[in-house]
Amino acid sequence: MESIIVILPLLVKMGIVVAVLLLLPLPLTWLERKIAAHIQQRPGPMRVGWHGLLQPLADAIKLLTKEDHIPMDADRLLFKMAPVVALVPPFVVFVAIPFGEPVQIFGSSYTLALSDMNVGLLFILAVSGIGVFGVILAGWASNSKYAVLGSLRSIAQMISYEIPMGFSVIGVVMLAGSMNLSDIVHAQDGLWNIVYQPIGFFVFFVAGLAEAQRIPFDLPEAEGDLGAGYHTEYSGIRFSLFMLAEYVVMVVLALLNALLFFGGWLGAPPFLPPALWLLLKTGFFIWVFMWFRFTFPRYRYDQLMSIGWKVLLPLSLLNILISGIFMF
Amino acid sequence: MEDLLREYLPIVIFLGLAIAIGLVFIFAALIIAVRNPDPEKVSAYECGFNAFDDSRMKFDVRFYLVSILFIIFDLEIAFLFPWAVAFKDVGLLGFWSMIVFLGVLTVGFAYEWKKGALEWE
Amino acid sequence: MTVADIAFYIFSLTLVTAGLFTVVARNPVHSVLWLILSFLSASGLFVLLGAEFVAMLLVIVYVGAVAVLFLFVVMMLDVDFAALKGEMTKHVPLALLIGVVILLQLGLSFGVWESSDLAMGQRQAVTPDIKEVQNTAAIGQLLYTKYIYLFQSAGLILLVAMVGAIVLTIRHRTNVKRQDILAQIYRDPAEAMELKDVKPGQGL
Repeated sequence: MESIIVILPLLVKMGIVVAVLLLLPLPLTWLERKIAAHIQQRPGPMRVGWHGLLQPLADAIKLLTKEDHIPMDADRLLFKMAPVVALVPPFVVFVAIPFGEPVQIFGSSYTLALSDMNVGLLFILAVSGIGVFGVILAGWASNSKYAVLGSLRSIAQMISYEIPMGFSVIGVVMLAGSMNLSDIVHAQDGLWNIVYQPIGFFVFFVAGLAEAQRIPFDLPEAEGDLGAGYHTEYSGIRFSLFMLAEYVVMVVLALLNALLFFGGWLGAPPFLPPALWLLLKTGFFIWVFMWFRFTFPRYRYDQLMSIGWKVLLPLSLLNILISGIFMF
Repeated sequence: MEDLLREYLPIVIFLGLAIAIGLVFIFAALIIAVRNPDPEKVSAYECGFNAFDDSRMKFDVRFYLVSILFIIFDLEIAFLFPWAVAFKDVGLLGFWSMIVFLGVLTVGFAYEWKKGALEWE
Repeated sequence: MTVADIAFYIFSLTLVTAGLFTVVARNPVHSVLWLILSFLSASGLFVLLGAEFVAMLLVIVYVGAVAVLFLFVVMMLDVDFAALKGEMTKHVPLALLIGVVILLQLGLSFGVWESSDLAMGQRQAVTPDIKEVQNTAAIGQLLYTKYIYLFQSAGLILLVAMVGAIVLTIRHRTNVKRQDILAQIYRDPAEAMELKDVKPGQGL
């Protein structure tokens, strides 16, 4: 009986998270296209629904009913598995993300997180590291040159940028003395981490852009020069799973930026619930990602690698040194 | 033990849920999507050419180098996390111990840079 | 049986099965994937032991980094695995012999294994209770001060690994153009070009 009391709220929370994550790409694609359009001084989608609001729905129906083909030479099992492998890690990351203080409903307290584990940040890094396997498998299983080359480039990029990302959060962990994300947020009670860790934030943000494969680091799917990168051979639902995964990764990174460096749900104005305040900050970062996409040109591949290894990595090491000295 | 389970059970459940969602989509593809294969359509995309050679070919050794270096730096990160968590307890010795460790790493990094292992050509 | 027991049996069963398939899978890529599954279940076992940090480390280092390297190698290294397999059958008797010897040795050592009564107390540092101090912090409090020499030698080993990897793999191609940004920035227009006043009708 007691276990039901524990598990029922858990399942409800999971249901909410999954539903939001599955529906999120609809408004996000609309937003992205609208932002693109207005930056480029054109109206963007206008036909389907008011100001094109129903456009993503139409796109979703189109993608779901498209022909779904598997290349002749593909490793059929892995080809079918790859989109699922790409989708699962960004979803599972949400287990460790807290959205606010525990809330009281009908006298019992519920945490606004699926799990409040001690090693939350490490878990997020670990699980998002598994994300590369979706890319590897997709590229290799398709057995097409564009896909293989695209996936090689993606993997090299993703693993290169994981290192500065890991180094850059060390400063945050030092300040909080914990890898639990709620503790990290609580440690920012006075001043947000961005004040103490400007270099760390810069490195994390840029590495995050590269991890999410957003412009200016979107070489893996540089539409112009690689077909479409590792998912060249994918169509229909499988393709949309990759797209879904990509959007979820973007949301995760925006959330992490807000949680680690911008005080999470702290400092909410009195008329806003803290969780909503966190989501507003997240929305801001998503907007920044989209804004970047239509502002910056793409880097060349050798430039991309040297930014990761020669700029971000030394900067993040320096950041650890500086934080250590200041904390003494 | 109880606490630990409470924190980690959600991961297992959520993992199952996420995999199930993925599979649902894949099976939905089986039911909804049209399938009309023909040899031209299912051959690998190569800008209209017939594919020549196997696409799983040998590639630049630099990719291996990047992934080996990635393993090494990943281990360094692994060493940094407990240090950062216990930073307030490790004292001066712990602090300098890590600085020396990072110094050794920086020597390796400088060597790597000097040797041009970071150049893409 | 508690939930933890059930979880233990599930994880260890998966671990053993995945290990078995790693060895018997025909396609090397599939066998790396089985290996990843076994890493993941091993990290589950670590969680059950209360070693959260080590569990996450296993995922980060082995699944996230080592397995990627393995996949790179088996996917693209152009090794003819069928031929390799054929080669292997020749050596099966020798391999079996070695396996049996190792198994016997393990059996012998387990047979006479006896842990001293003082062993627990004589360990340099006793793991603190998980309720008092977090797993990661407990490692942090010991590793950098008490075990400083081991820690530093780990650093040196990593240095050797880094140098070794570079020495073994780096090959500079000679016929490529590299971009030297500094040289581009400091290029002096006065040296780089010459203005010539061309008289009409004469040419250069």
